[in-house]
Amino acid sequence: MTTTNTAPAAEPVTELEEHFNRTIQRDQRIEPRDWMPEGYRKTLIRQIAQHAHSEIIGMQPEGNWITRAPSLRRKAILLAKVQDEAGHGLYLYSAAETLGADRGELTERLLAGKQKYSSIFNYPTLTFADVGVIGWLVDGAAICNQVPLCRSSYGPYARAMIRICKEESFHQRQGYELLMTMMRGTEEQRRMVQDAVNRWWWPSLMMFGPPDDQSKHTAQSMAWKIKRHTNDELRQKFVDMTVPQAEALGVTLPDPELKWNPERGHYDFGQIDWDEFQRVISGNGPCNAQRIAARKRAHEEGAWVREAAAAYARKQRERQQRQEAAA
Amino acid sequence: MSSAGKASEQATTEKVRHEWPLYEVFVRSKRGLNHVHVGSLHAADDEMALRHARDLYTRRNEGVSIWVVKAEHIAASSPDEKDPFFAPSADKVYRHPTFYDIPENVPHM
Ligand SMILES: [Fe+2]
Ligand SMILES: [Fe+2]
Repeated sequence: MTTTNTAPAAEPVTELEEHFNRTIQRDQRIEPRDWMPEGYRKTLIRQIAQHAHSEIIGMQPEGNWITRAPSLRRKAILLAKVQDEAGHGLYLYSAAETLGADRGELTERLLAGKQKYSSIFNYPTLTFADVGVIGWLVDGAAICNQVPLCRSSYGPYARAMIRICKEESFHQRQGYELLMTMMRGTEEQRRMVQDAVNRWWWPSLMMFGPPDDQSKHTAQSMAWKIKRHTNDELRQKFVDMTVPQAEALGVTLPDPELKWNPERGHYDFGQIDWDEFQRVISGNGPCNAQRIAARKRAHEEGAWVREAAAAYARKQRERQQRQEAAA
Repeated sequence: MSSAGKASEQATTEKVRHEWPLYEVFVRSKRGLNHVHVGSLHAADDEMALRHARDLYTRRNEGVSIWVVKAEHIAASSPDEKDPFFAPSADKVYRHPTFYDIPENVPHM
């Protein structure tokens, strides 16, 4: 990690590179047509694509409940939320394309298992309480991750993140409100909420990625200001934010070691099962195969629509050309 | 699926990708303001690009008017500040109001 991830300034640099480094140091944004090191471009494409795929795959766990939402109000909210996630995916694919990536190609790489998406979406949504807990914890963790990315050094990525963060607040609040409603309900509803919290808590903590001493990309990404905080810093921030929310809701977070540490000024928490994380991220979580199969099916079943639209556009274009030629 | 079927499907994907051009999207957020670039999308034609832009970029009243332009039709200078294209504006300080000293007792200036 020390040899491969040296800060760009430490290497012999060309004039272009020096200009790039100065722009980053002055906290200015890199824009699409600027010269940038190949590593910077590759790192960004990998991170943005992974992020875009997560938004797109992330529609499935909640989409699972749209037809079974308990009221029209909840159904309308859930539809709007899932539609937002599709939008987030598209903002991010759009940002990746400014780096020379091709959206169609990125989708193919996702379907071929060559690019990853967040491990969190490989867990099943067993009850409607899961919809609330995803909004509260999963979107909550996403907000923690994404707010600092609004200042990421790559302009189009930072701007996409600003747009996304504006919408995430609705996602988290609708989830929390849903849970508050269930907690005011029957004993069985309260049990459902607690059960969902038990299942989603640890996977939510894993969303921040491996611990800092095992994170391959963190040092270089921070030098380039693509990332602004380490995985562990963000995870701690999320825990500190969430504990009082859990208390207000009346649920218990499933970690006996979770305790306020007055010396650190933070909550201590238990050991995360990184073996589980590795298992899920490498394709062997409870729903990996199902998620990719559903995405593949949607892509293939939509092929005729894409072709028909292209054929229609071609026909219109040709007709117009004929008319212009005749005139 | 047969390997021939797979190959033809891939060829179709290939074709579709090239036939859905990239559009840049500009949104006027309210009357009195300029259209501002907000991002891009792919669409088969102009009309579809507008519809998609509406759904993608203005789900919450973000705009009162949308422009879509095929990305290939945009001519751009390099935004890099090293580029001489923008150099003349830096040395014409007299274009900025702060260049001129106006006495304090002159109001509304
Ligand atoms: Fe999202
Ligand atoms: Fe979200």
